[in-house]
Amino acid sequence: MTDQALLPSSPVPGGAAVVRRPRRSRFVEPSILPGFGLSLGFTLVYLGVIVILPLTALALRPWELGLSGVVHALTAPRVAAALRLSFGLSALAALLNAPLGLLLAWTLSRYQFPGRRILDALVDLPFALPTAVAGIALTAIYAPNGPLGSLLAKVGIKAAYSPLGIFIALVFIGLPFVVRSLQPVLQDLDREVEEAAQTLGANSLQRAVMVVLPALAPSLISGVSLAFARAVGEYGSVVFIAGNLPMKTEIAPLLIVIKLEQYDYAGAAAVGLAMVAISFGSLIAINGLQLFLARRGKA
Amino acid sequence: MTAATTPAGAKPISASRLPGLAFLLIVASAVVMAVLVLMPLFTVFHDAFSKGLGKYLDSIREPDALAAMRLTLLVSGISVPLNAAFGVAAAWCIAKFEFRGKSVLLTLIDLPFSMSPVVSGLVWVLLFGAQGWFGTWLIDHDVKIIFATTGLVLATILVTFPFVARELIPLMQDQGADEEAAALTLGASGLTTFWKITLPNIRWALLYGVLLCNARAMGEFGAVSVVSGHIRGLTTTLPLHVEVLYNDYDFVGAFAAASLLASLGLVTLVLKTALEWRHAGELAANRRH
Repeated sequence: MTDQALLPSSPVPGGAAVVRRPRRSRFVEPSILPGFGLSLGFTLVYLGVIVILPLTALALRPWELGLSGVVHALTAPRVAAALRLSFGLSALAALLNAPLGLLLAWTLSRYQFPGRRILDALVDLPFALPTAVAGIALTAIYAPNGPLGSLLAKVGIKAAYSPLGIFIALVFIGLPFVVRSLQPVLQDLDREVEEAAQTLGANSLQRAVMVVLPALAPSLISGVSLAFARAVGEYGSVVFIAGNLPMKTEIAPLLIVIKLEQYDYAGAAAVGLAMVAISFGSLIAINGLQLFLARRGKA
Repeated sequence: MTAATTPAGAKPISASRLPGLAFLLIVASAVVMAVLVLMPLFTVFHDAFSKGLGKYLDSIREPDALAAMRLTLLVSGISVPLNAAFGVAAAWCIAKFEFRGKSVLLTLIDLPFSMSPVVSGLVWVLLFGAQGWFGTWLIDHDVKIIFATTGLVLATILVTFPFVARELIPLMQDQGADEEAAALTLGASGLTTFWKITLPNIRWALLYGVLLCNARAMGEFGAVSVVSGHIRGLTTTLPLHVEVLYNDYDFVGAFAAASLLASLGLVTLVLKTALEWRHAGELAANRRH
């Protein structure tokens, strides 16, 4: 910290955090500011009680079943089906969010039109609307007697109480992530680069695919992966529209709830831990892809 | 893309000067937003008032609904200030000091964002449920956490844990510690420095974080659903009350309660947008969630 270098002999309020015996490697750099011990102490205690202790329980409790028990619990047909459904539909929904998000982000950041700011603010509505509210509203819309559900029923498509219904709910909650990831990049994107490409004879499609899209790729991937991560764990907006038929429309978070109701704590923890592990693994893979693209973009 | 053929400029291009494609894209965006996002909002209010104003008012004035509203206010009234205090403390030590293991701490603070709400409820049952680590001890000492208000508060705190911290940390890192150092050198006490220098510098970001934290706390469903037990009038928060009524086929009641939550969401959205427009410079985490 520069303060200490500037003011070597200044009085030190709340000294304990600052006056330290010189050590080879300090835990904290000296500073004139007080309250380091107090704020870090409170932060660590609070973090320990609210996050670390509960997650330790999540990490340890499945193993009460033993390794083979955990494998057995996760490969049981009903559990495997729920995990497949949750991760599969979340991936599909996140993929559809990519073109929808690109469309909205492009329109909102490149064109001026009446109502643009209102439309922009409304993009956050899926964040702002409590999940249970979104859930019952989407169900009412896509149920066989609902306004859109009845239209779809006429052409023989069942929306609510089917995987399609879950998919619609997941697209709804994921949309803001992609739009909000893309918007700042689109706004900052240097128009000169696009112009240069135009001067060099690129047509509008070439410019979009070869100039704009590569620049957007890292934030598009991060937006899509955020939408995916959110969709995998989503409960409230999905559980009403899903229908919750075992093996068919039962999502992984619901299975945790069911296992808890049967007092199968270890089984519930196993599913929870598997969800956290798979989400974490896919996020690491996506981060790797993003780094790769960012490096290639710079080269 | 058509937009690229018009002259470059910082301002967005006026749609009226653009030919077909821009118009088409704007219409497509409006349709996506209307069908996917606005229709659910409209449905909530439409269905809530479908049997008239009288039935609507009856639904939100019945004792269970009032109890649910009180419980929601109580739970968020405890959770939000605690997470706000944590956010300020965490931002203070992370942004104003250099210490080892900071990046690990930052990762841990973000962790609850990537957890399913159901898992955020599950972990408390694993600790304090009948067969939880502390279950027997709690039963022996007649302390109830799961299926009681304490459990609802713990689940809500975990789900909304990073909101305030995430808004404050990047802002306070940008601001640095020079102003505080100057105040302290001139003889101000640590507390005076915090109240007169730090707090005014972060007030809008703090308000922004508290706003988002509160909206999520009041609307949380998955996490509280796991620890609640759904005891009507006792452990049902407003979102859980919506579920109970919906499962009882009381659709007007469910949508009436939902309309209160949707209004909360709309008010949050308006305040959030107003903060972003007026104080963009003072919200480092502008546009992030």
